[in-house]
Amino acid sequence: MTQHLPVLQVAIPLLASAVCAIVRNARIAWLIALATTWTAFVIALNLLFRVQSEGIISYALGGWAAPYGIEYRVDLLNAFILVIVTAIGSVVIPFALKSVECEVDKSKGSLFYTAYILCFTGLLGIAVTGDVFNVFVFLEISSLSAYALIAMGQDRKALTASFQYLIMGAVGATFIVIGIGLMYVMTGTLNMADLAARIPEVRANRTIPVAFGFLTVGISLKLALFPLHLWLPNAYTYAPSAVTAFIASTATKVAVYVLLRFFFTIFGIAFSFDIMQLHIVLLPLALIAIFSMSLVAIFQQNVKRMMAYSSLAQIGYMILGISMVSVTGLTAGIIHLFNHAMMKGALFMALGCVMYRIGSVDISAMRGLGKRMPWTMAAFVGAGLSLIGVPLTVGFISKWYLILGALEQSWWPVVVVVLITSLMAVVYIWRVVEVAYFKDYPDYDCKPVCEAPLGLLVPTWVLVATSFYFGIDASFTTKIAEAAARTLLGIGL
Amino acid sequence: MEDKIIIRVGAKTLIPFIMVFALYVQFHGDYGPGGGFQAGVIFAAGFILYGLIFGVDMAKKVLPLSVAWLFGSAGVLIFAGVGVVTLLLGGDFLDYSVLAHDPEHGQHWGILLVELGVLTTVFGVMISIFYSFAGRRGLGT
Amino acid sequence: MNLLGLVNYWAFIILMMIGLYILLSRGNLIKKMVGLSVFQTAVFIMYISMGKVQGGTAPILMNGDVAYSNPLPHVLILTAIVVGVATTAVGLSLIVRIHEAYGTIEEDEIQIEDFGT
Repeated sequence: MTQHLPVLQVAIPLLASAVCAIVRNARIAWLIALATTWTAFVIALNLLFRVQSEGIISYALGGWAAPYGIEYRVDLLNAFILVIVTAIGSVVIPFALKSVECEVDKSKGSLFYTAYILCFTGLLGIAVTGDVFNVFVFLEISSLSAYALIAMGQDRKALTASFQYLIMGAVGATFIVIGIGLMYVMTGTLNMADLAARIPEVRANRTIPVAFGFLTVGISLKLALFPLHLWLPNAYTYAPSAVTAFIASTATKVAVYVLLRFFFTIFGIAFSFDIMQLHIVLLPLALIAIFSMSLVAIFQQNVKRMMAYSSLAQIGYMILGISMVSVTGLTAGIIHLFNHAMMKGALFMALGCVMYRIGSVDISAMRGLGKRMPWTMAAFVGAGLSLIGVPLTVGFISKWYLILGALEQSWWPVVVVVLITSLMAVVYIWRVVEVAYFKDYPDYDCKPVCEAPLGLLVPTWVLVATSFYFGIDASFTTKIAEAAARTLLGIGL
Repeated sequence: MEDKIIIRVGAKTLIPFIMVFALYVQFHGDYGPGGGFQAGVIFAAGFILYGLIFGVDMAKKVLPLSVAWLFGSAGVLIFAGVGVVTLLLGGDFLDYSVLAHDPEHGQHWGILLVELGVLTTVFGVMISIFYSFAGRRGLGT
Repeated sequence: MNLLGLVNYWAFIILMMIGLYILLSRGNLIKKMVGLSVFQTAVFIMYISMGKVQGGTAPILMNGDVAYSNPLPHVLILTAIVVGVATTAVGLSLIVRIHEAYGTIEEDEIQIEDFGT
């Protein structure tokens, strides 16, 4: 059965979502979701270890061999992405049980888990497939269910946020389809490996650069790169906490993966960076994103929105690493996918605990929380340290590689920007710490606020612990990221 | 529109033909243009016509929302279920050749079953969308 | 490379631009959805045009040398149509919910409801 794991990775969640839609009981739907996500996590780990020992795994759907049929192709990079998505998915589900009961309508309980597993299926499908049109289909499966999930937020602003996301997401997806269509018209194939072999023959034709342009804009919309990021802050702020924790740590990461796959594997470095000079576009955008979004984050009153802007800055770090087009830079980008997923997941889950107890994540409402919810706030601070990039946390590892990569190219201004924005992260995390630990809680609030229940705390702390563990012993993640970066650049180990 | 006799009789005559045509599109799908998606939409269109003429409440008596919902999920289960069955029979996921003794028959059966799943899902989802929009009360002008 | 020979692609570009323009310029959410649908439909035309082979017939096995039309773009675009239908349905249902929550579907009025002025 093990040779079927690549397809089971997607098929099991797909089946589970259909079953979830039939049972109209939230608790049973939750159990199904729990079983599914954990199974998927085990499969993803298994795939990762197998890829590490045996190399690329290829699976022909329906028995039709690869360029004709749809191929699922797992290499080190997407096995790593699968592990990130399934790990976050399976940690958020135990958290969701209580959080969703509190934040989402009772009648929508089972629908929430249906949409959640569908979104999960879509993200896994994007990562596992070796067919470009399949990427689009799974992208839309995940996006459509994400719109529904975001619209389940309590505030009515969640509806407009979701609508805004839908408009921009649909435009992005349509741009991606146009790009895929133009590639198909020139090469007659949709298989990634086949495309990579055929595009060099036809790249003199103007159609391929046009396809490249459409894909760049489309994918940038999906991953919320700086000028195309407008949908993200509202969507993250008003979605239910569990949804924010899940989507913030997976959806944009998978979009970054799509970017890597298209520009490195399919178009090839020679075309993307020597002929099209993509890094000249990406590098300034990444720097602007890092700087301006960190600045905007400092002035937010809603902590969830603050973290959303900080996510935008972190996406900038990933793109910065990628636009260096060197082994160190790409390693930094890929490892930051994992590291950022861990710390942002933990931060949003800690905020979910706050939301569960006091029903608000405004900075003014968090006064004195350090004494009343010590474990929650400690988790927030722990993950916050990682966001800043303090040594012994995962954030440090990412920034270390990023700065090394910049130094290799002697890009001193980039090093300065990374250091300054780390200080800006100190400022916005400190704003929360100051309010939570050094201000007394309001007297008029006679309602006793106690620590969040274990069901919420344990998953949060799992992610915080992971972000410390891989900050102290990063050999596992760096080894994978570096090997993946070398494969993308076509340099042997 | 319950009192408009021409519309009622016209619709009653048309609906069976629409539905039979949907089945034609479905079963013709593996030889010519057609298939589960188109068939599901046509089938649902016939039903939605009934809903438009006789009212959503009557339509819900014929096919309650929960049943439409069940169709929507059952189709996915049929589709993915075929995949799982082919896995269990020793083929790849959705490799229809193992479904029968003869790979050619297997392919035929497989595509029919999968298209049936698509038909079920599309029909169920279309009806659910129709009910959700048409049955929504409390909308101002 | 005569201009008229590419008439389908011209139609695709013009429709795409019309769709994007509606999407960007209208404040009414329903009109935005209309724009989005026009935009998506334009892409369908592109895909279907590129599947057409001059003198090609339906892709059915026949004797002799026959130029077939490529069925794959049709299949792809059928999938894209389904995605478009789903997007429209989700978008419209969000609009219904927005209308219930705000009492309006004009973007500027929603802004006023949310932030005052």
